[in-house]
Amino acid sequence: MVRPMTIAEKILARAAGKEEVKPGEYLIAKIDLLMAHIAAARIVARFMGFPAKVRKVFDPEKVVVLEDHFVPAPTVFAANAQKMIREWAFKQNLKYFYDIKAGICHQILPEKGHVRPGMLIVGTDSHTTTYGAYNAAGTGIGDTDGTVAAALGELWFKVPETIRFVLDGKLPKYVMSKDIILKIAGDYKADVACYKSIEFVGKAAEDMSIASRATLSNFSMELGAKFAFTPPDNKIIDFLKGRTEKPVTSDDLVKPDEKAEIEKIYELDVSDLEPQVACPHTVDNVKPVSELKDVEIQQAFIGSCTNGRLEDLKIAAEILKGHKVHKKTRLLIIPASQEIYKAAIKEGIIETLIDSEAIICNPNCGPCFGAHMGMLAPKENCISASNRNFKGRMGSEDAGIYLASPAVVAASAITGVITDPRTL
Amino acid sequence: MDKVIKGKVWKFGDDIDTDLITPGKWLGSPELKDHVLETEDPDFPKQVQKGDVIVAGKNFGCGSSRETAPEALLQMGIVATFCESYARIYYRNSIGLGLPPLIVPGVSKEIEKGDEIEFSFETFKLKNLRTGKELQAERIPDFLLEILEGGGQEKILKKKLKQKLKELRAKKE
Repeated sequence: MVRPMTIAEKILARAAGKEEVKPGEYLIAKIDLLMAHIAAARIVARFMGFPAKVRKVFDPEKVVVLEDHFVPAPTVFAANAQKMIREWAFKQNLKYFYDIKAGICHQILPEKGHVRPGMLIVGTDSHTTTYGAYNAAGTGIGDTDGTVAAALGELWFKVPETIRFVLDGKLPKYVMSKDIILKIAGDYKADVACYKSIEFVGKAAEDMSIASRATLSNFSMELGAKFAFTPPDNKIIDFLKGRTEKPVTSDDLVKPDEKAEIEKIYELDVSDLEPQVACPHTVDNVKPVSELKDVEIQQAFIGSCTNGRLEDLKIAAEILKGHKVHKKTRLLIIPASQEIYKAAIKEGIIETLIDSEAIICNPNCGPCFGAHMGMLAPKENCISASNRNFKGRMGSEDAGIYLASPAVVAASAITGVITDPRTL
Repeated sequence: MDKVIKGKVWKFGDDIDTDLITPGKWLGSPELKDHVLETEDPDFPKQVQKGDVIVAGKNFGCGSSRETAPEALLQMGIVATFCESYARIYYRNSIGLGLPPLIVPGVSKEIEKGDEIEFSFETFKLKNLRTGKELQAERIPDFLLEILEGGGQEKILKKKLKQKLKELRAKKE
């Protein structure tokens, strides 16, 4: 009999053409999709070194390329890299090349129907774990692995152990999935899931929207996770409806076997959870918002692959309505995709945000990776709904980055100090 | 890849992230090499020499998929890293580029900056030549050792593609 398996094990076994796999096992697996963004430039450069006749991607329908960092290009260097990628994408006849026109990779892939339950997806971006919210095994790789994946369509993998986070209870108002994952980071530290596959289960995870779940799967990377799955249920099917070429049905969902081997189980009741903030300069330096008194902020940012979705903008608008951003503070808001941007315009969210004097930028990674728009000066603090607060991550090494939910960011933008949205 | 490594140690703490190794604002700049790990140790980019090694704590290389991190270390002459543990993507990238990432429990307590070490890929023993203390590294699985010995993923891929080309040509004839 085949051993009972977790979601990660089932997907890796299928992709490696095996009946069963065990944690710790090394294998070669066929990948279902490669996503490449700016790192594609380095894949292109490596391709140049290959003999011309075999300088081809393994399948032009399974390599999705887009630009989301440095968009639109702020320097000639970035413009050149983008030009190189563009020309390569056309030469390789890639079926799906979104250029700078769509938004952030981890929002675009599911939105455009490239992510299906059960897929094994690698991406040249660490936050590729986001696809776990759509029941796909997504994981980040570097550009050397990206080159191998692009050329051969297969890579080595180590089968990870699986750990579970049981999320019980009901989230209070203005407390978001970001607060849950920050709480986990603070309590169990940034390497709790190093090399592991996470399965989020429990009522609170089931009750969550796909967008909230995507935040969990996305931020799991900061805990070291290789994959991070949220519940495999109908919400995924509903989200992907009309987006995928072939409809997704409940038969496509990959569920863990009842007796699958779970290395460790962590339990958290979210009913009394307070908004959480990760203080400089590590993601696990987390404090409840009530412990942060009078921390002045000069910049506030809502966006990125972690928290740039419609519900994030909506909650920000709800909190900011009728208020102005504090005179000593600036608020940057970046919708994660053109689709989200358009929906936010339609729903009047953008108007509310502009009325509150927020600055809206085009869909892209923005200040999150510290080399494009919204960089910080020395001695400035930023409260950010993104995913990293490392020293120098958003510009000056002498700036402080505080990570929080979009609700906390919006409330703090109004007062100019880190603020619990429930106290406004 | 040499079977024995002897080198001078640069020492770092826990959770050294990819932004500390290769800061975002210097990416793509020829000046990047002058800023590698500078916020952690300003001497490092100035004084690092070919054949040196890095010793660090847990979760080395956490953060981004930025392959510039192991790549910059390799370019600066680092021949191996000895850490308590690594972040997943960094570990993959380091293997892929041919820079051996050794996992050595207890290493951050037993070795200091400036120490000389000796390491053998036969025994996976790491010796601090100053104190004489020996530590056992985790054996790198053969599967990954082959990639390191082959000079990294890109070299191996090139060989595979050349083989493919030969096959294509043979078919034509």
